[in-house]
Amino acid sequence: MDMNEIKEIFFQECEEQLAELESGLLKLNDGDRDPETVNAVFRAVHSIKGGAGAFGLDDLVSFAHVFETTLDCVRSNRLDPGPEVLKVMLKSADVLADLTNAARDGGSVDEARSRQLIKELEALANGEVPQASAAPVEVVAKPVAAVAAPPVNEEGFQPVAFSFDDFEAAEEPPLMETPTYEIVFRPKSDLYAKGNEATLLLRDLSRLGDMSIHCDMEALPTLDRLSPESAYFFWKIQLATDKGEDAIRAVFEFAEWDCDLEISLASDEAASSDEELPMQPVPFDLSILDDEPAVSVGVVEEEEQLASQQLGNAAVSVAGTASNVLQMAQSAARAPAEKAAPAASAAAQGAAGQQAAASAATPTIRVDLDRVDRLINLVGELVINQAMLSQSVVENDTNGTSSINMGLEELQQLTREIQDSVMAIRAQPVKPVFQRMSRIVREIADMTGKSVRLITEGENTEVDKTVIDKLAEPLTHMIRNAVDHGLETPEKRLAAGKSAEGTVRLTAKHRSGRIVIELADDGAGINREKVRQKAIDNDLIAADANLSDEEIDNLIFHAGFSTADKISDISGRGVGMDVVKRSIQALGGRINISSKPGHGSVFTMSLPLTLAVLDGMVVTVANQTLVVPLTAIVETLQPEASAIHSFGANQRLISIRNSFCPLVDVGRILNFRAIQANPVEGVALLVESEGGGQRALMVDAIQGQRQVVIKSLEANYTHVPGIAAATILGDGRVALILDVDAIVAASRGQSLKPEMSLAAVG
Amino acid sequence: MKKRVLTVDDSRTIRNMLLVTLNNAGFETIQAEDGVEGLEVLEEANPDVIVTDINMPRLDGFGFIEGVRKNDRYRAIPILVLTTESDAEKKNRARQAGATGWIVKPFDPTKLIDAIERVTA
Amino acid sequence: MTYAAKNLTTDGRELIAFRVGAQEFCVNIMSVREIRGWTPATPMPHAPSYVLGVINLRGAVLPIVDLSARLGMTPADPTVRHVIIVAQVKSQVVGLLVDAVSDILTITNDKIQPTPDVVSSEFEKSFARGVLAIEGRMICLIELEAIFPQEEREAA
Repeated sequence: MDMNEIKEIFFQECEEQLAELESGLLKLNDGDRDPETVNAVFRAVHSIKGGAGAFGLDDLVSFAHVFETTLDCVRSNRLDPGPEVLKVMLKSADVLADLTNAARDGGSVDEARSRQLIKELEALANGEVPQASAAPVEVVAKPVAAVAAPPVNEEGFQPVAFSFDDFEAAEEPPLMETPTYEIVFRPKSDLYAKGNEATLLLRDLSRLGDMSIHCDMEALPTLDRLSPESAYFFWKIQLATDKGEDAIRAVFEFAEWDCDLEISLASDEAASSDEELPMQPVPFDLSILDDEPAVSVGVVEEEEQLASQQLGNAAVSVAGTASNVLQMAQSAARAPAEKAAPAASAAAQGAAGQQAAASAATPTIRVDLDRVDRLINLVGELVINQAMLSQSVVENDTNGTSSINMGLEELQQLTREIQDSVMAIRAQPVKPVFQRMSRIVREIADMTGKSVRLITEGENTEVDKTVIDKLAEPLTHMIRNAVDHGLETPEKRLAAGKSAEGTVRLTAKHRSGRIVIELADDGAGINREKVRQKAIDNDLIAADANLSDEEIDNLIFHAGFSTADKISDISGRGVGMDVVKRSIQALGGRINISSKPGHGSVFTMSLPLTLAVLDGMVVTVANQTLVVPLTAIVETLQPEASAIHSFGANQRLISIRNSFCPLVDVGRILNFRAIQANPVEGVALLVESEGGGQRALMVDAIQGQRQVVIKSLEANYTHVPGIAAATILGDGRVALILDVDAIVAASRGQSLKPEMSLAAVG
Repeated sequence: MKKRVLTVDDSRTIRNMLLVTLNNAGFETIQAEDGVEGLEVLEEANPDVIVTDINMPRLDGFGFIEGVRKNDRYRAIPILVLTTESDAEKKNRARQAGATGWIVKPFDPTKLIDAIERVTA
Repeated sequence: MTYAAKNLTTDGRELIAFRVGAQEFCVNIMSVREIRGWTPATPMPHAPSYVLGVINLRGAVLPIVDLSARLGMTPADPTVRHVIIVAQVKSQVVGLLVDAVSDILTITNDKIQPTPDVVSSEFEKSFARGVLAIEGRMICLIELEAIFPQEEREAA
């Protein structure tokens, strides 16, 4: 793995953190005050800052830093995350996302905006809570550099970044006479408790220059009174170095709080003298033991074994003092490693054990989507092949070879399981798309001066990744449309007796093997008179056309339809709801609208969970083979003549358990035959459509049930009303997959052809 | 024998950077994603030194260090804290929890390795 | 058979000539993917009469167009002797049912004569790009993109 790969990981992680950030902020916006939510939000920004710093992404670091500081105020309850505060934070999250994208793709960001938000964030951190009627955004020429400056240490602590560069330079011969420092180093017990080793510090110190060390062990008590983890020694050091006092202090950086340290420049005389300093017992501050009773004698009693080990170490140290203190220090330093050794060998179950520990840490793996897609394609081919094999076995009439049939059955089941498992890999919650929408809502609310609240539900509903990816664009468009056209201005809302804040509700749920996404607004609803007039003006309908409310509402899905009086910058970018409808259809989905004047509109989209396969019933209609999605079928019936009732000119109903259900001849409605088939000679499939309501679809015969691989018709042809997609059957021929809802809608008198007739086909 | 480093960090980016840096420097690296996991794998990882983040879900760095120090086998193990926060308060808390030292992020590989060398024999 | 794409110089080009009924047509070889035999197509509901249906081309769904009907001549009655020219038209791939493929022609642009103004309909004018005189035959160069105006089809 190289840095570029890690950088790619960083950006992936940023995306996750940004999503986490936004969802956390939205939770806070909904009144959630769980400290863990605040922590998660803080961590998200913190993580981005940390990673960005590692890659030198300074703009990102600066902004994240200011953001983090403000979030820290929230975390420590110094700032209440009220609505106005969250407004700033949500915008900041957007800017952070922009900065991340800019860092990844090299784009630019709205600098005025980020400067403004930095200012607002700083104001928040300084305890200035904005008023609801905050002045419009003003561009403040605050230099970014001021923010980018290294954080100030309130308590005057200056972090000393490790740099051993200085030490390397020390190997060059000193140009001037090297000053000599006298250092008195008295560790406290805490020094050891925190994993520091006096000996290691001395080792590091020795690297600064020529050093002589004297260890004072006066304070060492008799063994019976010895607390194994207390500090009894202190050291007097003479160090000749040209690195300066700061370098010496840097060595003790970690130990600073846990030792007494005196550093002074030795007199020239002493420095030039090579002779050892006479041993000068310095009074050992016994109070250190009183100060640190935490390292208790109790440990000795409870943990005798460990204590004796420690004693052993101490003994080694004592023994070594006589000769070379530094050597002793090194050997003592080695001691902890040796101490750990038996435990290590006991615990070490070889590399396998290590890997187990490592793999426990990573319950998920990341896989390139390409690999998954390749697998899915292969499984798709496997399904077709298996179907072909089954078919040829049947055709070749392998009478009496039940083992082949059993094998085939097992193969089918296995294929099925593989397919389900592969599909599950691609299933993802719709959450990321939903989260993106909240930003769209914020931006558009800002642009239109409307006050909007987005409520999302069911964001953990899972659907195939391709569906999710392709959902973002139409959804963005619909959200824009809902805020721009659907919701009224705050004044109009108040006048209509509504709250000034409009609500847009985005919901996802699973229903009968599909995902249903609803977008509801509590705006003014469709202005039917306007839509109707517009449709007449655009020659979409005749001036005297008699349309139901539903039909009028659905006119907005026609090409080039826009009811806004003026083309706004937001939803009037030349793309209309017809584009939305087409992209939904391309996904094998449907969209419709229901609207209540004064109360708002609801767009309902129904999409397949996967674009790859579906369970279908293979049927024959007018000598053609069709596939009906199994999810749509409630039951199958063999109609009896007595159950069929004529109704009006050419309607027929079938009575099912004392209720009447309209019969729909699929062959007739698809124009496969000129006259209706005789129901008694066929099979009725009782289906339930999206809009509710049952229909009995008449087909000639049922061939069987099969899982089929969905093939797009749109790729090389076009959308065909009444047909959802195509598939390839065991005989290698293409079979069409019925769009049950469209068929049912057509049976209600809506022709299957209006869309076709609107366009100049051929 | 290679020295073993247990790293505890919730950021995939930082984990990867640590892994690459430490492996290149000849350490054996065991990684955990947060404090809870860090404590879970501690025995099996049996590290010579620990490098931990502070801000983590489930159990943060402070809690993790306290947990390690309560374990008799590891109460004297060197623990380095990775922190973007350079203010004294944070360091003080880390120290009180029992950290041996700290590395201010963004760390560069030399800084990290030097710090580890510094607290291990 | 498949034809590898070749770089064409500005003044030279390769064309595939084929027969539809009694007439000969040709298209730019660059748009031809492959030529294959006729296999029964699955009829499409509500399709224009010249769309015979769709077939399976190695896992993709390929619409088959009766070029004879499309060009306003007698609709074909496909048999095993008919061939399908698989052609790329903008981003889509379609199969063109023709009677037979006759030639691969290498010509220079100056060999292309303007379409005689005997053609009456706007539609014919839109797809006929000129005529070629080859060994006493008349071959009409046609523009596939004009025959299948994709925008309109997508708008359906």
